[in-house]
Amino acid sequence: MTRILAADDSASIREMVQFTLESAGFDVQCAEDGAKALELARVSQYDVVISDVNMPNLDGIGLTKALRALPGYQFTPILILTTESSAEKKAEGKGAGATGWIVKPFNPDTLLKTVNKVR
Amino acid sequence: MELDMERFRQIFLQECAENLDVLEAELLAMEAGLTDDDAINKVFRAAHSIKGGAGTFGLGEMSRFTHHLETLLDELRSHKRQPTPALVALMLKATDVIARMRDDAAAGGTGQSPDAASVSAQLEAALGAADSEVAAATAEPLDDGHSPWQLVFTPYSDILASGNDPVRLLRELAELGLVASQCNFGKLYDDDFDPQLCYLSWTLTGPGDIARQDIIEIFDWVEDECDVVLTRQAPTAQSGAALAEPQAEAPEVAPAATASAISASADKTAPARAVAAEQSIRIDIRKIDQLINLVGELVITQSMLASLEGIDGLDTQERFAKGLSLLKNNTKALQESVLGIRMLPISFAFNRFPRLVRDISQQLGKEVNLKLVGEQTELDKTVLERITDPLVHMVRNALDHGIETPELRCQKGKAPGGTLTLSARHEGGNVVIDIQDDGAGLSRDKLWQKACEKALPLTRDRRLDELSDAQVFDLIFAPGFSTAAAVSDLSGRGVGMDVVKRNISELGGSVEIQSQLGRGTLFRIRLPLTMAILDGQLVAVGEELFVIPLINIVESLKLDPQCLLKAGGGVVFYQLRQQMLPVLWLSQLLGTRGEPGAMPLLCVVEAAGRKLGLVVDALLAQQQVVIKSLEQNFRRLPGISGATILGDGQVCLILDVPALVALHVGQQGDSDAISAA
Repeated sequence: MTRILAADDSASIREMVQFTLESAGFDVQCAEDGAKALELARVSQYDVVISDVNMPNLDGIGLTKALRALPGYQFTPILILTTESSAEKKAEGKGAGATGWIVKPFNPDTLLKTVNKVR
Repeated sequence: MELDMERFRQIFLQECAENLDVLEAELLAMEAGLTDDDAINKVFRAAHSIKGGAGTFGLGEMSRFTHHLETLLDELRSHKRQPTPALVALMLKATDVIARMRDDAAAGGTGQSPDAASVSAQLEAALGAADSEVAAATAEPLDDGHSPWQLVFTPYSDILASGNDPVRLLRELAELGLVASQCNFGKLYDDDFDPQLCYLSWTLTGPGDIARQDIIEIFDWVEDECDVVLTRQAPTAQSGAALAEPQAEAPEVAPAATASAISASADKTAPARAVAAEQSIRIDIRKIDQLINLVGELVITQSMLASLEGIDGLDTQERFAKGLSLLKNNTKALQESVLGIRMLPISFAFNRFPRLVRDISQQLGKEVNLKLVGEQTELDKTVLERITDPLVHMVRNALDHGIETPELRCQKGKAPGGTLTLSARHEGGNVVIDIQDDGAGLSRDKLWQKACEKALPLTRDRRLDELSDAQVFDLIFAPGFSTAAAVSDLSGRGVGMDVVKRNISELGGSVEIQSQLGRGTLFRIRLPLTMAILDGQLVAVGEELFVIPLINIVESLKLDPQCLLKAGGGVVFYQLRQQMLPVLWLSQLLGTRGEPGAMPLLCVVEAAGRKLGLVVDALLAQQQVVIKSLEQNFRRLPGISGATILGDGQVCLILDVPALVALHVGQQGDSDAISAA
C-alpha cells in the first residue's frame, strides 16, 4: 500500500486530504506542521509527501529541504500545496527539491489525480 | 470521486471562526504596537488558511476577498510595508467582512457580505493597484490541428533529484496516445556513470488530434528540468514544416488554466441548498480521556455485579452492596464528566470584548483599558451563548454612561483613561460575572428624578430617603428606563436593561448593582453552571408532584388564611409581613387531580426581582433533577420549563418561575414590583 505523509496546519484540509486518500486506498499519516512531519519521516519511510507551504514551526519549503537531506527521501515525490498567487513559492519549492505542486483551492478529484501521477 | 464535502465544510467553518479570532486579536495587538514577526506570521497564516479553505470548500467569494487581505499581510511580513493605524483599521474591517461571509456560509449561504465590494475596493486601493487576477488562458498557438505530433523529450541529468521520474512522464504521455519511437542512451555507457543521474532522452510520436495544451501540461512540474520540443510532423514534404515551438512560453499557460478550472469545479461542489448550521463543540482531549476511564470503571463494576448473579450467601450480599455503591459513585462521576463536555471557558464570550471596547471607545472619544480576569472559568455552552448578548449590552452601557471622557476624568482628578474589568469565577454551584468600571457611578438623585418623570410605581407615596441604594439602582432595570439624556446610537437600541435582566433571570440567574458616585459601578451577575440539571424542591399539589427550582424559592411558610386579601378581578394577595404578595393556587392553575391538603403551604418564589406566592399542599425532598425538554418530547406549555423523571419512574413537571411571575405579577399593572424586591 502506498504510504502518504500529509502536512497541513488546517484541520479541515487535513481531514479532507486524509479522507480522500484513505477512501482511495492509500495509507495516510497527517502532521499539523513541518516539524511534526519531519519527525514522522525520520522514523518511517513514506512513498509520497504532500505539504502545505505556510505552517508554524517548519514551513513546507523548509520541510522539503530537510527531507531531501534525509536518507531514503532523496527521490521521494514531494508535492507542495500552493496557491495561485505564489508563483515564487513554486520556484522556491522547486529550488528546495519539491517534485510538483497541487494548486489551492483543490478538490478531492484533483488531489487524487495528482497523487496518482507520482506514486 | 463522490465525497461529502459538507462535513469538511463544517470543520472549515469552525476553523475559520478560530482563525478570525486570531486575526482580530493580533490586529488589535498590532494597533497597540504590541507585535513582532512571529505575530505577523501568525496573522498571515490565519488569513492564508481562510483563503485556501474557502476556495477548497466552495466559498469562492470569500477566498477572493481574503486574497487581498493576505497580500497586504504578506507585504507586512516581508517588511515591504509598515502597519500604519489606518491600515490596521482597514484590515480589522476586512476581518469583519470575512466574519460576515463565514456567518452567511454557516447559515447555508454562499459566503456573501454586503460590505465586501466597498472594503475590497479599499484593500485594493491600499495595495496600490488592483491585484492582477489570474490571466485567462491565452489562446493556443495556431496549428493545423490534425498533423501527427512529434515530441523530443530531453530530461536534464539531475531531474531525479526533484523526485520527478521520466518514467512517470512517459506513462502519462502514453495515456494520451504518444508512444516512444526512439530512445537515446546518451552517456549511459561512459565510465563516470552516476546511477543517480538520468542519461536518457526520448522521441515520441502520436496522433494529431491531441490538444497541445494536454501534452504541455504533463511537463508542468519539470519545465525547467528538461527540454521539450513539440512539433507537428509535416504530412507532406511541404516546405516550411511546423516550427519547433520554443518550450518556454507554453507552460506558463498551464498553471493558470488549471487554477481557474479547479476553482470552477470547486464552486460546483458547494451545495446551494440551505443547510442548518451543524452544532459542534471542541473538547479538551483530557475530558474525553476522563470519560473513557470512567466508562471503563463502569464496565468493571457491571461485570463485578454480574458475577454475583445466582450466588446466595451473606458474603454475596455484602459484595452486592459494595458493588451498588461503586455503581452509584461511578454514575455520578460519569454524569459530571458528561456535563463537563458542554462546559466551555468563558473566554469564548470574553474574546469579543477587546474589539468591541476598542471600537466603542474610539467612537465615543474615550480612553478605556479593558481587563479580563478568569477567562478560563467554565460554564455550560447554552448558558454561555445566551449570556453573551446581555454582557455586550452591559459593556456598551458601562462605556457609554459609566466611563467619562478624558477631559472630564482629568477635571475630577482621575487618570484620563478609564478601566473596565470583566471577570468571571465559580462560587458554589454558580458562575459569578462582574462588570466593573471606574467611571461616574450611579446618582441616586438622577435616578429618582427620572423615575418620578416616568411615574414608576416605586415613586408612589415614597420618598427617596426611604429607599436603599439597591432599590434605587434597581430602577435602571425598569422597562423604558434610560438615564441617557439623548438616546444614543450605542445604548438606545430599543433593548433596555429590563431585557438584560429578563434574559438573565430566564437563565435562572440574578444581577445586582453596587455603585459609588464618582467612583464607578459594579454589575454582578450570578448564573447557574448548567441548564442540564438543577437543584429542585419537590412539591405536592393534590395527588401530583412538581419541581420548583430551588434558586427561585425565597421562603416557604404555613398559609395563614387570615392574611389572604381579595382584590378586584379575583386577584388574591397575601400579607407577608410588610409586603403584599400576589398568590396563585397551583391546583387551580394546573388543574391537578385529588383533594387539596388540609394544611396548605405558601411557597414564596422570586424572579427578576418580583415575588409571587404559590400555594402547594406539601413540601417534599430537595434533589438534583435532570431536565428533559418538553418541547422536544411533547410541546411547549406555558408556566412549565421542562420535565424530569423521578427515581420511581414518575414524570414530573418543572415550574417555570420567571414565566409565572411575569404572567401573574405583570398582569396586575406592575403592582409595586420593585417594592416587593
